[in-house]
Parts: sequence; structure tokens; C-alpha cells
Amino acid sequence: MGKRNKTAASAAPVVKKKNFFQLLWKYRTLTLMCIPAIVFFFMFSYMPMPGIWVAFVKYNYRKGIFGSKFVGLQNFEFLAQSGKLWSLTKNTILYNIAFIILGNLLAVFMAILLNEMASKLFKKTAQTMMFLPYFISHVLVGVLVFNFLNYDTGFVNTILTNMGLERWQPYADPHVWPVLLVIIYLWQQTGYSSVVYFASIMGIDGEIIEAARVDGANAFQKIRYIILPCLKPTVVILLLFALGGIVKGNFGLFYNIIGTNSMLYDTTDIIETFVYRATMTDFNFSTASAVGLYQSLIGFFIVMVVNFVVKKIEPDYSLF
Amino acid sequence: MAKKKDLDLASSSAKVKLGVSDIVIRTFGYILTTFYALACIFPFLIILGSSFTSESYLNRYGVQLIPHEFTLEAYKAVTKSGLIWKSYILTIAITAVGTLIGLSIIAMTGYALQRRDFPFRNVISFYIYFTSLFAAGLAPYYLLMTQTYKLKDSYLAVLLPLMMSPWLIILMKNFVKSIPHEITESGKIDGAGDMRIFVSLILPMLKPALATIGLFMALGYWNEWYQSSLFLSSRVDVKPLQYMLYETVNSTEALKQTVAGQYITVTDIPSNTVKMATAMLATGPIVLLYPFVQRYFISGITVGAVKG
Repeated sequence: MGKRNKTAASAAPVVKKKNFFQLLWKYRTLTLMCIPAIVFFFMFSYMPMPGIWVAFVKYNYRKGIFGSKFVGLQNFEFLAQSGKLWSLTKNTILYNIAFIILGNLLAVFMAILLNEMASKLFKKTAQTMMFLPYFISHVLVGVLVFNFLNYDTGFVNTILTNMGLERWQPYADPHVWPVLLVIIYLWQQTGYSSVVYFASIMGIDGEIIEAARVDGANAFQKIRYIILPCLKPTVVILLLFALGGIVKGNFGLFYNIIGTNSMLYDTTDIIETFVYRATMTDFNFSTASAVGLYQSLIGFFIVMVVNFVVKKIEPDYSLF
Repeated sequence: MAKKKDLDLASSSAKVKLGVSDIVIRTFGYILTTFYALACIFPFLIILGSSFTSESYLNRYGVQLIPHEFTLEAYKAVTKSGLIWKSYILTIAITAVGTLIGLSIIAMTGYALQRRDFPFRNVISFYIYFTSLFAAGLAPYYLLMTQTYKLKDSYLAVLLPLMMSPWLIILMKNFVKSIPHEITESGKIDGAGDMRIFVSLILPMLKPALATIGLFMALGYWNEWYQSSLFLSSRVDVKPLQYMLYETVNSTEALKQTVAGQYITVTDIPSNTVKMATAMLATGPIVLLYPFVQRYFISGITVGAVKG
């Protein structure tokens, strides 16, 4: 089909246009089946794009996006000069690096451990329990964390007081949050991310493992020389894809835990939380959009690079 | 299937001759996994326990796993005004409608885009996929939704944006890929149209895929709070459950509304336990249901992990 199409196009380019409508008619049902999705993405993903213009104007509510005064790159300059852009980028990327690396390490570790367990019932129960945090909303995560850590009634402080120790006040101390947020992230995501690794371990050819057993390999050697090498391609691909999203922050997590506690912003403010406040609290659409556009462009560039790399090492997995 | 059998074989022979390292790993593994699994549900359990405690006890002694004086005070306070039941009905309605419509569209699109003979499949796939590569950002989206579409304070602003995502369509495409192309061909030979082929031949084979993707969507709708926080202001009385929880926890005004008219002053409201009871009521159905449907999520995560 594709071949015939190509020759027709190269032989007589004038016919090409007619060809398109003929194709459209021939495949009208399949095309119609795609129309709702096309309309959806047009309305909610493509329609907002012209609005990016708001990043280049001094937004005036009465005049609208395109009637407001054009100021060029002034919004970006202000953000860059104040150091805000840099600190947001730094926070977002550093958190993501910690999430990606520690998240995958813990997921691989838990998957291997689970696989070594002999009892099926234990395996099932443990996996179900580990999966719970994935199913709850970020709002509830915020509630759980607050009740765990707050000064007056929090669980940690209840224990500390019972032991006669001094109370701990994490909600007033910005330095502890990088560690806490990483732990909370791991707590919520590991059940989910270990599923992929668990599935890849189950997919390893049982004969290889049996052969190693016969040759006298012990459990450590089996993990070191069979399971880990078998997991390597999956780990690499998942790491690379995660890297593609390195400038995208986990808004729900940060916003529900830190919220509007400005005492903690130094170490916990990421691009998403800043943009959200700029939009919803300050109604500063121009600044919000400038940061958003900056993030989208960097993100786009990184995905392109990642895809290029994936294409080189494992063409089957490349995105496009 | 054969692989699984082999693996069982491997572990059964392992049972016969357990080396020292196996015993070390198993013991270490049992302890660590037990500890980790308990840590996953522990924060949840202490809220559950504390939600049955009296407010005065909680404020004096803090959050505790087992309630010392069992009381339903907080649950009575939350449920009496009836607001939370309205919120339940709203959330169930949005979840059901959104999942049904979204799932139908995703299934149709996924099938059409996986048809080898469909000449526009690459263009349309890219058109959809591009939206996950580059987004306009929050501010333009917010301005469009509120000023052009006039969706401020409308439930449509919560229902519509969650109906589809490039990831879900790719997931559906991956599921459709496993259905042999010959099925479509045989339908064509019998003279069935594309829609007929899709509905009577393909859809029945997609049942596991529909369950998986439908559950992902339903979970997304149930846990939705973000679009609500953007578009539903205080002028809307009944909010989706998770956003109702968010507001009850974060604003005294909303807390007062949740327990409407039962207490004379704000200080009388058992606020800590009310927040916990609201949290438990908003999450309860998920916690009760997920052990039975988690296998669908597992298959979805495995199928969609790499390409997505």
C-alpha cells in the first residue's frame, strides 16, 4: 500500500492531492474513529499553545493576552537576574536525580529480594502491601506525612516525648526536607517501580538459573552473574526515559507536603510549585508562563537527546 | 508458560539443597521485606487508629496506632451534614462518566492507529505523541480554560482534561498489537466494515486491556484534586472527594463547612480527628478494592513501562 502510494506521488505530484482525499474517503471509518481523540488533544493541548505569547507581554487582564504590551524577553531576564530561575531548576533537577537513582536502586533491590522468597503467600502479601501507597492520592500522602511529623500531635513527636526526648520540628527546618521528600517519594513509588523489575526477573529463562545451580553457583552468585546482568537493559532504558523527564517536577507530592509554607521554599521550591503559585495566588500569568516555557523547551531538548542516545544503543525502544 | 514452569522447577530443586548463602539471603530477605511492607501501610494505620480516638485524647497524647478510648465522634461529625455523601456521589459520577467515554475513545483510537493499512496512522500518532513532548504550560492552559472555554466553577473542567492521555493511548496500542492482524483480515473478507470489525471482533478480545486502562483512568479520576484546585472555587459547594479532603485539611473555612452547623465556635470542632476521618472516608473504597484489581495494574505497568 505504502509503496504504491510513493510511486504515484513521485510519478505525478499533481495527483498527490487528489490521492489524499481518495485515501480519506477510503479510510473514512478509521479516520472518524480517531476524530474524538484528535479534537480532544486539539482542545486541551494545542489550543493553549498560542497563549504562550503571554510570556512575552506585560499581561493586562482587560486587554487580554494579545492586546497586552509586548515586552520581549523582559520576563525571562527578570527571572534569570534574580537567580530564581537557577534555584528552581537546581531544586527540580537535584530532586529528580535523587528520585531516579535511589528509586531504581531500591526497586531493583526489592524485586530481587521478593523473587528470592520461597513462600508464594508471603510474596503476594508483601507485594500487595508495598503497592498500597501507589493507589492513594497525593492529598492523602500530605495528610499522612503531616500526622507523622507535625510538632503537636505527630507520631514521631509522640514517640520522642514518650522517651523523654525533645520534640522535633521539621516543618520549620528547610534542611531536613531533601532527605524527607526523597524518603516519601521512595515510599510511594517503590511498589510501582519494582513491578517492572519483578516482571523482568520472572521473564528470565529458568534453564539458565538451573544450569548455574547445577554448576554450583550460590544465591549471591546467581544474583550477581545472572539476575543483575539480565536486568541491565531494562534498568538502562528506564533510567534514560526517566532522564527525559528530569526537568518535570512531581507537583502533587511537593505541593501537598510543603504547600504554602514559605519557610521551606529554599530547599523545596520546584518549577511546578513556583508556576502554580504565580498563576493561582499572584495571578502573574506572564512570569508563570515564562518559567513554564523555559521548562518546556529544556524538557523538549533533553527528550530529543535521550531519544537519540536510545536509538544508538537500542533502536527498538526509541520513541520516534 | 514454559518459562514459568522452568522457574518453578528451579526453585523446587533449590528447596532440596539449600546452601548457606540461600539461607542468609532468605532470612535477611524475610526480615527486610516484612519491615518494608509494614512501613508501607504503617502511616495509614496510625491515621485509621487515630480517627477513632477522641479529639481531647489525641491533642494530649498525640497520634497513636491503637485508639485508647474508641469513639465514632469524628465520623459522626463528618457524615452528619451529608456534604461528604454528596461529594461521594459527585466523585462516583465523574469517575464513571469520564472512564466510560474516555475508554471508548481510547479503544477506538488505539485500534485505528494500530491498523497496518491505515495511511494516516503515523501522522495522527505523532500528533498525539507530540503533546507529551511539548506543553504550553499552566498559565496559558488556565487562561484558555477560564476565559475562552469559560469552565471556571464547572465540573466539566474536572471531567474533560482527564479523559485521555498520550500514555493511555500508547498503552492501548501496545495491547492491540498483540491481537493478530488476521482477525481484521478475516472480518474484511466476510464483508464487515471497520466499525463492525472493531465492535464485534476486536473489542471482545480487548477485555483485559479495557479493564486495565479503565482501572488506571478510574483511579486517576478518584484521586483527582489538581484540576479541581485550579477551576473549582468556593462558589461550588460540592467538590470531588480528594479536593474536599484537601480543603478540609488546609482551610478552616472548608472544615467548618464539612461539619456544617454542628458546633458553635471553630475551637469546638474536633478538627484533627475530623480531618483524619475525612481522609479515611475519601480513601476507603480504594484501599478496600485495590487488592482485588492490582493484577490489572501490574499488567498495565509491565506492558506500558518502556514505551510510554
